[in-house]
Amino acid sequence: MTSELDIFVGNTTLIDEDMYRLWLDGYLVTNAVALRVRSGILEQMGSTAAVLQSDTMDRYRTFHMLERLLHAPPKLLHQLIFQILPSRQALLIERYYAFDEAFVREVLGKKLSKGTKKDLDDISTITGITLKSCRRQFDNFKRVFKVVEEMRGSLVDNIQQHFLLSDQLARDYAAIVFFANNRFETGKKKLQYLSFGDFAFSAELMIQNWTLGAVDSQMDDMHMDLDKEFLQDLKELKLLVADKDLLDLHKSLVCTALWGKLGVFSEMKANFKNLSRGLVNVATKLTHNKDVRDLFRRAVLPKSVFSVCPLPRWLPTPGPLGPLHGHPPWLPPAPLS
Amino acid sequence: MPGKLKVKIVAGRHLPVMDRASDLTDAFVEVKFGNTTFKTDVYLKSLNPQWNSEWFKFEVDDEDLQDEPLQITVLDHDTYSANDAIGKVYIDIDPLLYSEAATVISGWFPIYDTIHGIRGEINVVVKVDLFNDLNRFRQSSCGVKFFCTTSIPKCYRAVIIHGFVEELVVNEDPEYQWIDRIRTPRASNEARQRLISLMSGELQRKIGLKVLEMRGNAVVGYLQCFDLEGESGLVVRAIGTACTLDKLSSPAAFLPACNSPSKEMKESPLVHPPSHGCRSTHNSPIHTATGSRLTQNFSVSVPTLIYTGMGSGSAGKEGGPFKALLRQQTQSALEQREFPFFTLTAFPPGFLVHVGGVVSARSVKLLDRIHNPDEPETRDAWWAEIRQEIKSHAKALGCHAVVGYSESTSICEEVCILSASGTAAVLNPRFLQDGTVEGCLEQRLEENLPTRCGFCHIPYDELNMPFPAHLTYCYNCRKQKVPDVLFTTIDLPTDATVIGKGCLIQARLCRLKKKAQAEANATAISNLLPFMEYEVHTQLMNKLKLKGMNALFGLRIQITVGENMLMGLASATGVYLAALPTPGGIQIAGKTPNDGSYEQHISHMQKKINDTIAKNKELYEINPPEISEEIIGSPIPEPRQRSRLLRSQSESSDEVTELDLSHGKKDAFVLEIDDTDAMEDVHSLLTDVPPPSGFYSCNTEIMPGINNWTSEIQMFTSVRVIRLSSLNLTNQALNKNFNDLCENLLKSLYFKLRSMIPCCLCHVNFTVSLPEDELIQVTVTAVAITFDKNQALQTTKTHVEKSLQRASTDNEELLQFPLELCSDSLPSHPLPPAKAVTVEKASPVGDGNFRNRSAPPCANSTVGVVKMTPLSFIPGAKITKYLGIINMFFIRETTSLREEGGVSGFLHAFIAEVFAMVRAHVAALGGNAVVSYIMKQCVFMENPNKNQAQCLINVSGDAVVFVRESDLEVVSTQQPTANCQSSCTEGEVTT
Repeated sequence: MTSELDIFVGNTTLIDEDMYRLWLDGYLVTNAVALRVRSGILEQMGSTAAVLQSDTMDRYRTFHMLERLLHAPPKLLHQLIFQILPSRQALLIERYYAFDEAFVREVLGKKLSKGTKKDLDDISTITGITLKSCRRQFDNFKRVFKVVEEMRGSLVDNIQQHFLLSDQLARDYAAIVFFANNRFETGKKKLQYLSFGDFAFSAELMIQNWTLGAVDSQMDDMHMDLDKEFLQDLKELKLLVADKDLLDLHKSLVCTALWGKLGVFSEMKANFKNLSRGLVNVATKLTHNKDVRDLFRRAVLPKSVFSVCPLPRWLPTPGPLGPLHGHPPWLPPAPLS
Repeated sequence: MPGKLKVKIVAGRHLPVMDRASDLTDAFVEVKFGNTTFKTDVYLKSLNPQWNSEWFKFEVDDEDLQDEPLQITVLDHDTYSANDAIGKVYIDIDPLLYSEAATVISGWFPIYDTIHGIRGEINVVVKVDLFNDLNRFRQSSCGVKFFCTTSIPKCYRAVIIHGFVEELVVNEDPEYQWIDRIRTPRASNEARQRLISLMSGELQRKIGLKVLEMRGNAVVGYLQCFDLEGESGLVVRAIGTACTLDKLSSPAAFLPACNSPSKEMKESPLVHPPSHGCRSTHNSPIHTATGSRLTQNFSVSVPTLIYTGMGSGSAGKEGGPFKALLRQQTQSALEQREFPFFTLTAFPPGFLVHVGGVVSARSVKLLDRIHNPDEPETRDAWWAEIRQEIKSHAKALGCHAVVGYSESTSICEEVCILSASGTAAVLNPRFLQDGTVEGCLEQRLEENLPTRCGFCHIPYDELNMPFPAHLTYCYNCRKQKVPDVLFTTIDLPTDATVIGKGCLIQARLCRLKKKAQAEANATAISNLLPFMEYEVHTQLMNKLKLKGMNALFGLRIQITVGENMLMGLASATGVYLAALPTPGGIQIAGKTPNDGSYEQHISHMQKKINDTIAKNKELYEINPPEISEEIIGSPIPEPRQRSRLLRSQSESSDEVTELDLSHGKKDAFVLEIDDTDAMEDVHSLLTDVPPPSGFYSCNTEIMPGINNWTSEIQMFTSVRVIRLSSLNLTNQALNKNFNDLCENLLKSLYFKLRSMIPCCLCHVNFTVSLPEDELIQVTVTAVAITFDKNQALQTTKTHVEKSLQRASTDNEELLQFPLELCSDSLPSHPLPPAKAVTVEKASPVGDGNFRNRSAPPCANSTVGVVKMTPLSFIPGAKITKYLGIINMFFIRETTSLREEGGVSGFLHAFIAEVFAMVRAHVAALGGNAVVSYIMKQCVFMENPNKNQAQCLINVSGDAVVFVRESDLEVVSTQQPTANCQSSCTEGEVTT
């Protein structure tokens, strides 16, 4: 006796959160059944493994049918086929677009192309995340990227509007898209200690201050691409190191701004010249794409600069980071000699 | 020219990409009604076209309005080749034809294609202007309301219940016409869908005419079925109960239908011919085989078991002349009718006086081609024959009417089993006649007698019983005689005193049959039927005893015929009626008393059975008060416990051979184990596991003993198909497989719905079909309702009182309020009209929860929740308006089965789509729920080798508007601020 067909269709589509997680994590039906058996659910309900198998298959089938809609979340809201409560719809979407820290660190800044997709096997092996889950996450990144790539307006808003993600998740996606677009190198050994959160934070500030959109909200692609002009202008910062007076002025302004706001203030003050030189060196070389991609590696690289006060420690205190984060309003306009 | 139909095509969304080059679609719409077609402009290059068309106007007869569906076809315009069809929407405009129902149909409808399923949605507005037609000889029956609900709809009052109406229409099945060889599957499916839609429209109109003839204005308990007879044609038939209904202006409508028969009525006079519980007949002439008579004498001396008879017995001997008069009245009222049948399963107070027992009849027929579709006489004659038989059985039980009546068929190739069953009953005449009725209802209510046992009292004469049966005095009133077991097809009357809770009881049975052709096949089937019937009955009886209960409600026995087997599945809800005696236990006796180890085995079994009974009594809280024998009085003469099935094995004559099922003269309820078969039977008794704790199940409307329902409901359909390995096809193996299939299915349901505990599966409806040689398909539709455990023990009485109280405190304005709400919200919600308000109301998570839990990004969902339930009510809510009947038929076919996820993926998607289309239609009518929902047919065929599958589904129900009781209460306390509140509600929903 074999079951040829076995289905359950409810008027309201039931979503079991645990099952959804198992499915998202890419477990095969057999593995999922085994996991559930171990969870002791059978004893609770006095059920059999066959029941569990049937239930799992059925839920997986439902998720599979929903997946098509999850690719365009607004569709999920307007479709008529599955009657799902709004709270559950939100959960479905949010969980589907959630990603693993380990995974995102592997692909952050990489081109979201077929080539990268081929490497997912390796990423799966390294991270221990199932290939299926890796594919879903990668495809999510790529899908969001494709949709917002050519769009005007705020990156976060666009993502939120087209994918109905929560604010936090939309910000994370904005960072992922931004990194993928600018292909910032994040995989180098030197950068391994940085978390996705660190990068996402930098991305947010860069989007706010360095992109075309930051300057002129009428521009196309504004929040994806860095403002080339601005990067060119950064060359002028050489003066800050070369000119002693300007160096001192810069130092005093930065120290005033950061006074009481930095745990490593005295070290910073003592090493200001080295720090400033390092930063300016990074800043003045951001004219070529290759250098831009290398931004993070180079920003962290100069041991002399960051041994005292590595970049990430600064990051959690936004605002007073000075020249790195936009046109410093207090900086005198570059002399146009 | 009595009607003008107006249609406007507003917009489309989520259309499929039809042009690969541009990834877009150039869509336009054809609107067709009858022979008139209109077209919209082509909306170029969009997946979300905005046609915003003019009003297309069709000037039509109301006859056509009733018969024809509105057909909307969405196409992709192609300059160089033929336009490609995207899909269709059929809209039944019947709900617009009666004054009290919907006034406009407006909303998003899924665009459906029989090959691709749902492909986007289309927004349509439909209106009808009806002109008054004074022509007496008209062919239309606009204005007659139809209800699937098998009780008097909640916001109506029954003035007169006229009785049985039936009709059938036949046609050739397009699938079997010669043209089908040259047309595409899509064209063929659409031809079928359209034909069935037309036929059901016609059928409904014809039934409506009959109702008008009877001076009724509504059909309640309307059940329409399709018989796909294959080569020989397509039959659409319907039965229902004609009524004159009054729209209730006061909320007394919400009085629960309770049965409080008056004193004089329960003392039924002696006039009645005696008879007895479960009669079953089986009429098996082969339609075309005139030569072969199939009269067998089934004096089955089945040695394995004896079971108690279901009553028969006394009637009040003191029946005065007045009562006799009353009786006469009733009979004359009913005798005017050809068939005194009622498809209702729940009744207005005072309607049902006595219940006799289940009557059923079956007949095996050979199908032949329907030569002339306009004269469906053969089929008519078949059914008339069966109904006659039912009528005579009811008579034999001393009853003049049959309630809870239903008809069904099972078809395999050219053999067809027609079945009918119902419950023989004695009814109060006053509801059945004009004139006398007005005072009747009120009078009944005033009398409000505390007796709740009347319906259990036997309607027949104990002194004149043709066979001995076990009768006792009623345990409730001690005056009348009651049987020891009662089987019925109706719902438990709400005022019946029940001890403990009820449970779902199923008897399952398979019988192998040799493959044969035509007459030989029909003969084989007719020979098997009585045995099956007998065994199903035995199983039911044993299981009922095992549960420690004494009555079955909602009994439904389904016999399914396949190529090489017959399946029997009986479902019912067992309860312990306080008025009936405590059931005895089950005793096991061995045949070979000398064998020591065997004895031991027997006693072990006996112990197991006793333990099970004790456990069940505890589980279902059955602890009737102890009553000593003296009070009850000694049993009636001839206290032998017997039961019998009356059976007619006749061709054209009315020759009745009786099957005595009460083998031998043994006093106790004994199971004799004399062979392995019997052993199997006992084992199978014990294999049924009770549902996990926190779960209950029943196949009636509500679970006896539970009445504290919360508003959380979940309707579902589950389908399973198993393939039998052809090697071990023995009856036992088959039985075991079938039993396991059903048990596992139930277990799966319990597991899947565990988040709803404490919960009860209500209206569990199993359907068995045998699509192929080795395939068994079981389809289950039911609703899971969560109840409040803390108050679950509340008695029925207080519940009734509560609702009475509420009913009396409510007033008219309350009922109208929600309607105002809807119209208020219209302007701001042009697309899903009148739905904005219901969105929240319908949310199963309670209002507060809904708002808190919905995450901001998703709150702008435009799709309102539409509830679906097989029950006639929605717990915790009041139905304020019936919008019309939903009756839909869909075909889905695929030639890429694997790509669609195999058979499971295919059917899962299709059923989800059917639900979606039902919900969309209800929402477009302005409703927020479907009650009395039923999936009448789910025919699934597959051909995995060709990667193909096809499925036909037929569903029906009543579209309604409901309002939460909690909302109503809020309103009643804040009546003056009602308008303000309505705007508030609206605002909250739209944010």
